Amino acid sequence: MVLEKQLRERLATKKILLMTHIVLGYPSFDVNREVIAQMVANGVDCIEMQIPFSEPMADGPVILKANQDSLAAGTTVADCMAFGAEMSKQYDIPFLFMTYYNIAFKYGEEKFFQNCRTAGIKGLIIPDLPPEMGVEFFRLAREYQVAPVLIFAPTSTDARMAELNSSAAGFIYCVARRGVTGKQSDFGEGFTTYLARCRAATKLPLAVGFGIRNSEDVAAITGKADIAVIGSETIRLVDREGPQAVGPFIAGLR
Amino acid sequence: MTQDGFFGRWGGAYIPEILHETFEQLKASFRQAKADPLFWQEYQNLMSTYSCRPTPLTYAENLTRHFGGAKIYIKREDLNHTGAHKANNVMGQGLLVKRMGKKRVIAETGAGQHGMATATMAAKFGLACTIYMGEVDVQRQRPNVFWMEKMGATVVPVKDGSRTLKDAINEAFRDWVTNVDSTHYVLGTACGPAPFPEMVSWFQSIIGLEAKEQIVTQHGKPPARVYACVGGGSNAMGVFQGFLDNKDVELIGVEAGGKGLASGLHAARLCGKDASPGVAQGYKTMFLQNNDGQMRETHSVAAGLDYVGVSPILSHLAENGRVRFESATDDEVIAALDLTMRMEGIIPALESTHAFVQAFKEAPKLGRDEAIIINQSGRGDKDIFTIAHAFDDPSWKEFIIARGREYDKK
Ligand SMILES: Cc1ncc(COP(=O)(O)O)c(C=O)c1O
Repeated sequence: MVLEKQLRERLATKKILLMTHIVLGYPSFDVNREVIAQMVANGVDCIEMQIPFSEPMADGPVILKANQDSLAAGTTVADCMAFGAEMSKQYDIPFLFMTYYNIAFKYGEEKFFQNCRTAGIKGLIIPDLPPEMGVEFFRLAREYQVAPVLIFAPTSTDARMAELNSSAAGFIYCVARRGVTGKQSDFGEGFTTYLARCRAATKLPLAVGFGIRNSEDVAAITGKADIAVIGSETIRLVDREGPQAVGPFIAGLR
Repeated sequence: MTQDGFFGRWGGAYIPEILHETFEQLKASFRQAKADPLFWQEYQNLMSTYSCRPTPLTYAENLTRHFGGAKIYIKREDLNHTGAHKANNVMGQGLLVKRMGKKRVIAETGAGQHGMATATMAAKFGLACTIYMGEVDVQRQRPNVFWMEKMGATVVPVKDGSRTLKDAINEAFRDWVTNVDSTHYVLGTACGPAPFPEMVSWFQSIIGLEAKEQIVTQHGKPPARVYACVGGGSNAMGVFQGFLDNKDVELIGVEAGGKGLASGLHAARLCGKDASPGVAQGYKTMFLQNNDGQMRETHSVAAGLDYVGVSPILSHLAENGRVRFESATDDEVIAALDLTMRMEGIIPALESTHAFVQAFKEAPKLGRDEAIIINQSGRGDKDIFTIAHAFDDPSWKEFIIARGREYDKK
């Protein structure tokens, strides 16, 4: 799919790509715009935009709170679609939606894919939809050419990774450790073995996320994976220092 | 049920990848246990020595006379150890935890009854225990929090979202994905990802198996109707399973009507028009949600019924018409509780009282030779603060004020 192609083109000139995460409507769509502008200007290669959900089961405290505050401010799925279209028109990098399955389910799966495609969204990350629960969803993803990104976890067996690989497209999101988003990870020996297992299981690019906070973390995975995912850390930074702090932070990561 | 955990179009297992292997292990252990007659024997033995099984079926003679219709029988799950049907599920899962070799259990709780039962099981089986409880529920079920802590459990008040049961479930899942290797999540009701709905219902079926025999012994034939309150649906599934295959027995689930179905302040998912199909907390069912799929706030005087989703098995039984769903309002519940206490000397939990409300509405319309069973899922002692407040009881208020002053001085 086009997402993988775009990422490979970028990988031709960079040792590691950066993917960042934002929660749509938190603290506001205006701040989202500013943050994305700074991210793109400082070389971010791909952005996952989270459509907030009231029950974000796989997210830790920082992203959980951002989801709740965004919903409390009145963010709707329609707002998020419109914003996604605006960003992918304005910038020449791939944009993805990350959300929970109920959002797409309630929207109507086919309509969700149609509108994502029209909006120029290149991929979807749905952490609570394993392929065996989403036969129709994964079929639609191929029909509409919006890549269904799947997740590998340290608890996934080799056989399970192979199974996931057969449904995935775009890239594989390898979570660095057990747990939810937003806590520190240890990129030690066990991690290296795990990443080697991931690499053996798929030909797709590998992204590593959960707990990447600084240039040392990015350096630790360079050469072992293709994409470093920075999630909760930019949200913390914007909370603490405002959107203008994002540019220098991103620039210092690699 | 199908291979992948669906009942009709409801259920499934919508779980993050990190839990995949743990669920494979859980499904395998459950399959083994279910196929092993010795496991059920061990379970029954534990429940008859550590808890009070079989629980009695009480003929409510005074209420029967009062309503002048069907004979009213009450299945006494309140007489279980820890005071509710929750113990059935928890002890069963405890035996599975021992088989799986895990050392720590976690649980969500709304009314605190499931948390209580889990803390008790953890103490008995020597397991570490953490209980997640919405901050709102910590306030309204304070006595249970006290006992859980005394039994060695850590109680974590959950301050996110609506600060009730669903938020406690999310937090328990977050703990679980972090500590999968050591920890089992003792889900408290017939909800969540497969195999939980089926597994919890299986342990709770002990209620229906007993009631089915007891009613024939005492009344000479099966009941005309069986009533149960429905939070997540575990006590209802428990008692209904004794009668599901007898089409002459009508099964009625009673949901929280809160301030009335028209008010929007309720937790009625299967009766009323406010719920729609959705997927959250790992399973597909009818949820109280808005058009975007965001869960709504629910309301009930009973913490244990104050929940956005409902067992996928009950969604299936609602859809195929086998179970009828009704609702009872907060005010109706307080009135029925008052009557039951005065006429029978029995104190049902606020949750259970919802079933009494609907049974009282229907009993007079049935013949005197018919019987109905109300499943009294729990006892009301835990609700003393809420009930005393609802009755606006003057001497209780005086007592609390005096106690408060006493603590203030120290
Ligand atoms: C006494 C009692 N009854 C009923 C319920 C509702 O749960 P369920 O519908 O799973 O039986 C609860 C839940 O906390 C409870 O404590």
